[in-house]
Amino acid sequence: MADRPVPVAEKRLMEVKLGELGTWLGGRDYSPNGIVSMFRRAHTRYYNKYIGVKKGGIGGIAMLLAGYVVISYVWSYDHLKHDRWRKHH
Amino acid sequence: MLSRLVLLSASSLKGSGPIGAGVVQATRCLRTSSQSLAPVPPLPEEGGKVRHGIFPEEFFQLLYPKTGVTGPYMLGTGLLCYLLSKEIYIVNHETIYALTIGGIIVYCVKKFGPGFAEFADKIYEEQLAKAEAAKESSISILAKSIEAEKKEQWRVEGRGLLFDAKRNNVAMLLETNMRERLHMVTNEVKRRLDYQIALQNLHRRMQQEHMINWVEKSVVSSITPQQEKESIAKCIADLKALAKTSQAQAAA
Repeated sequence: MADRPVPVAEKRLMEVKLGELGTWLGGRDYSPNGIVSMFRRAHTRYYNKYIGVKKGGIGGIAMLLAGYVVISYVWSYDHLKHDRWRKHH
Repeated sequence: MLSRLVLLSASSLKGSGPIGAGVVQATRCLRTSSQSLAPVPPLPEEGGKVRHGIFPEEFFQLLYPKTGVTGPYMLGTGLLCYLLSKEIYIVNHETIYALTIGGIIVYCVKKFGPGFAEFADKIYEEQLAKAEAAKESSISILAKSIEAEKKEQWRVEGRGLLFDAKRNNVAMLLETNMRERLHMVTNEVKRRLDYQIALQNLHRRMQQEHMINWVEKSVVSSITPQQEKESIAKCIADLKALAKTSQAQAAA
């Protein structure tokens, strides 16, 4: 079902075709207001989907914490590099 | 450091409806779009599906058409092998921490999850019941006040009757008063007239008596002693005659 054509920059990420990714990234609103609204929208969507429900599961907060773990691992990789078992991979 | 943070994560934060709002400090935006609906639609029953606690179901659905059911798992395994072999994920003492604590967390969640969920649900139910009760009470209060208002309006209609009755009362009072005064007036007038009549009667009687006295006096004074003797002798003679006739009657 084809809706009326939507400009690329306003599509959701999942609906952007691979070739349009550059245009999409370029067309987003990067002003401070835009960035703040980006975060707010993301938070609202995540909250409404996983946390603000009657019977939420562990996933709501576990995903956040897992993401936090991953990000902190990535940020401390330079420090952890010295614990490597082999020098050449 | 990482493991401690993972520890801090909910060992059993299921059903975190009211609690989640506190943990994830949220300036909670409206759930709807910028046009707010009223009444607010109820919360959805279930959240988004999550597999193994950390992978959203949408990821599996995304890969299903191309790779079937085992696709994401193969992806995960391959990724893990890659990370390990290239030592992008380094195995050190923290790995042991992570595995241990991860195991503990999983065990706790599996064991205490449902109990905690029930507890949280109960709290939520209580809050909901309180809000409902408040709403019901305020609705009933308003309904009662509506009833009272209608009653007052009905009473106001009776005011006309009240005023009629009062008007009647006043009219009666006025009437009574007027009749009293009429009475008083007639009495007074009659009294005065009676007085005048009595006065006239008195006058006439006094005149009569005076005249009679005067006439008697003149008659008595005109009776000469000679006439008196003659009349006395006549009286005696009459009495004797009478006595004779009565004697004769008694004998007969």
